[in-house]
Amino acid sequence: MSREARVWLAICLVSGGFLLYRGAFSDAGLGRIYVKPVAARPTIDSEAPGAAAAADEVPQAAREAAAEGAQGNAPGADAGAAANPGGPAAIPAPLVGEGQAWETARRGESGARVSIPRTVGLWLAAFFTLAIFSFLYRDNPCYRFAEAVMVGVSAGYAMVAGFWDALFPKLIARLAPATSQFLTGQREVAPVEWWALIPLALGVLLLLRLAPRGGWLARWPLAFIVGTYAGIRLISFVEADFVAQVRQSIIPLAVFDRNGQFDIWQSLQAVLMIVGLLSALCYFFYSLPHKGLYGRVARVGVWYLMITFGASFAFTVMGRIALLAARLEFLFDDWLWLIDPLSRRGTGG
Amino acid sequence: MGWLQNLDRRWIYLAMLLAVAIPQLLQVRFPEQPTPLVQAVFDKVEQLPEGSRVLLSLDYGPVSAGELEPMTAALARHCCLKRHKVVFMTLWPDGKPAVESTITKIINVEFLEHQYGRDHVDLGYKAGKEVVIKTIATNLRLEFEQDNRGTPLDELPLTAGINNLEDFELLVSISAGFPGLKEWVQYASSPLGVPLAVGATAVQAPQAYPYIPGQMLGILAAIKGAAEYEVLLGNRYPAYATPTRQDAVRRMAPQFSAHLLIIALIVLGNLSALWQRWKGPNP
Amino acid sequence: MKQTIPWLIAALAGGVVIAAFFIPAAQPWQDRAGQWFEVLAGFAFVLGGANLFVMNLRKIAAQGPGWGYAAVTLVSFVVTLGVGLWKVGVAPRDGRTAWQGGYLDEGSALWWLFEYAYNPLVATMFALLAFYVASAAFRAFRLKNTEASLLLATAFIVLLGRTYAGAALTSFVPPEYSALTIPGMTALIMKVVNTAGQRAIMIGIALGVAATSLKVLLGINRSYLGSGD
Repeated sequence: MSREARVWLAICLVSGGFLLYRGAFSDAGLGRIYVKPVAARPTIDSEAPGAAAAADEVPQAAREAAAEGAQGNAPGADAGAAANPGGPAAIPAPLVGEGQAWETARRGESGARVSIPRTVGLWLAAFFTLAIFSFLYRDNPCYRFAEAVMVGVSAGYAMVAGFWDALFPKLIARLAPATSQFLTGQREVAPVEWWALIPLALGVLLLLRLAPRGGWLARWPLAFIVGTYAGIRLISFVEADFVAQVRQSIIPLAVFDRNGQFDIWQSLQAVLMIVGLLSALCYFFYSLPHKGLYGRVARVGVWYLMITFGASFAFTVMGRIALLAARLEFLFDDWLWLIDPLSRRGTGG
Repeated sequence: MGWLQNLDRRWIYLAMLLAVAIPQLLQVRFPEQPTPLVQAVFDKVEQLPEGSRVLLSLDYGPVSAGELEPMTAALARHCCLKRHKVVFMTLWPDGKPAVESTITKIINVEFLEHQYGRDHVDLGYKAGKEVVIKTIATNLRLEFEQDNRGTPLDELPLTAGINNLEDFELLVSISAGFPGLKEWVQYASSPLGVPLAVGATAVQAPQAYPYIPGQMLGILAAIKGAAEYEVLLGNRYPAYATPTRQDAVRRMAPQFSAHLLIIALIVLGNLSALWQRWKGPNP
Repeated sequence: MKQTIPWLIAALAGGVVIAAFFIPAAQPWQDRAGQWFEVLAGFAFVLGGANLFVMNLRKIAAQGPGWGYAAVTLVSFVVTLGVGLWKVGVAPRDGRTAWQGGYLDEGSALWWLFEYAYNPLVATMFALLAFYVASAAFRAFRLKNTEASLLLATAFIVLLGRTYAGAALTSFVPPEYSALTIPGMTALIMKVVNTAGQRAIMIGIALGVAATSLKVLLGINRSYLGSGD
């Protein structure tokens, strides 16, 4: 191990040890998740008669007062109800399925208890976060492991979503309505829709791509997908990104304000916009050689495009930093409890 | 200056880590000045008559939640404060938890009088990307016969009278890419003329400007757009001017220091290159 | 046959969609095509998952370098798929049985995997880009010519203008000259120059997409069908 690596290891061990000590042996605490039984909220099916009308009558001021009460250290639901005792929030909520479903609670909230599975999950999430960050130092087995898990879980999740949100309602529910009724709790069994056999057949053909023989048949569903996309996009791009953009660019270059006075600032902006658009379009038109006057106009277009890319670069930087800030906030707030910006643990911000 | 030429990239990574972490640990906050494009979205939500129907499509997954979650929260709060009827949906398979958490962590906690089915409905996710938008533009029930909980839309008071996108007073897409704001412009706001407001990631935002104002009434661009919206909400409803309800304002502090770091790195990189050129090529 | 039938399918599907734009009576046909498209989108998820399964199984069978990670991927995939399809851990609530609950209900096994594995992994993977952007800013951005200077100057203005730094640095500018402040300049760049540039790109792409779509529908471009047989 190099000297530099030893220094880094020592820094990590000392700071990690301090954080563990702080969490384990002080009041500050460390990475736990609390849960409470789900209390079903009144819904349209379960509400008391007239509750909907009562809710409609709550004035704006009362809603703002309730919102004000729901902030701070107190558990939101309790505080909101206290701030609006006469409103519909006071309607007793029937508890359906209580004791079987749990939801996240605040530390110290009535009925809250530590959830072992979620706490384990929190530490696992912290491990995964650090494992991915470890790639910044160098490639290592922790990173490779996390990466492998990411690929597997992502693909598995996509397939589950594809089954339950696409294949089930659009295919299985139409061809086997009785199964659908059992799995969704629908009151009535819908009639079988035989036309759904066509997309089923196309779907099976698509899966033939993986078969050792007959893979060419997968071109049929692929052609359907490409053809549908081509048709949809031909219309939408021409309508929204061509015609509408040209229409929005036909603007007066001399702008007058409400009093009829010439507005030099707005006029200048309009001229700059049109000059930029036309010159950038000239740059994209390669059928004419970029020489002479045309070349100079195209060069102005390049300048506009460079400014556009500069702005895009700055925005991209902003986006990436926001994502990093969110991950660090997870580590500092949810896991290490170093900060409490949302006052979830009553330790202040 | 020569040492800059051989600077290990990991020192730059460490500098970036500190630039983001220190303002977060110190809980620094900076004031925000709302810009016209955010103001336009705020004014639209504010001026809609109470009880207007708003479609909130959360087209993002966990990857962009750090950027987009705060603006979703701010918009959902604003709609609830105005007692608008909010219909949630997502075009991203991993966008379902974003809808669920907005309902359970924002609406169920802060707006106790709001009832599922009457004031808000979760339609969930549908595969098909822009084809879903194109279909619900004319027939909502072809895509969503039931809500995400399995209740037929006709049995929910909010959705019973909604047949297509033209039945909404406002469409909002909080978008992280494809499918997202572009598709909502192409298949909803352009052909139908229904007002569309957009929240977008920083990467996507610059590409959306040509749509304003003809096809899009405003945009909440990146975390700053969300911060501006939170400030506007706080100015109008003082209960929402508290730090615990201004996630985006809080996250603007790391942006401040990290942007300065990026500028410093570009300047240092150029100085280093100039130094190298002045010194001449290495023997 | 292997080329003509797919082209006819593509032309028919696309033609129906285009016809529905001009002929309202064709709208039901377009809706039906949309429904089929969504079923195929669901099958695409299955195809992707099955492909991943087969590829990793081959890697494990070959015992090549890194086969252990392929095994991790495979186990993660199978576990996620299994708990999601069987709705493991979904609690009965609100009068619904566990089977009738959502596959991603809070507390379910898939929810746990999403919340504590998928979410931190993908979010952190993208957060890494902040570090790479910083490194690229130091190593790649050079003031070489007019174009690069314009790009860098714009980036500086927008980077400052999108935080409090911009407002603080030009706080001395009187309000009536707000366009000369850094946030004012940022707004101007985005509203005028960026809009012009992006609109030119958008128009170019729109024409490109329209041309490509026509080529596909007319059978001039069949590259999506692959080559050979």
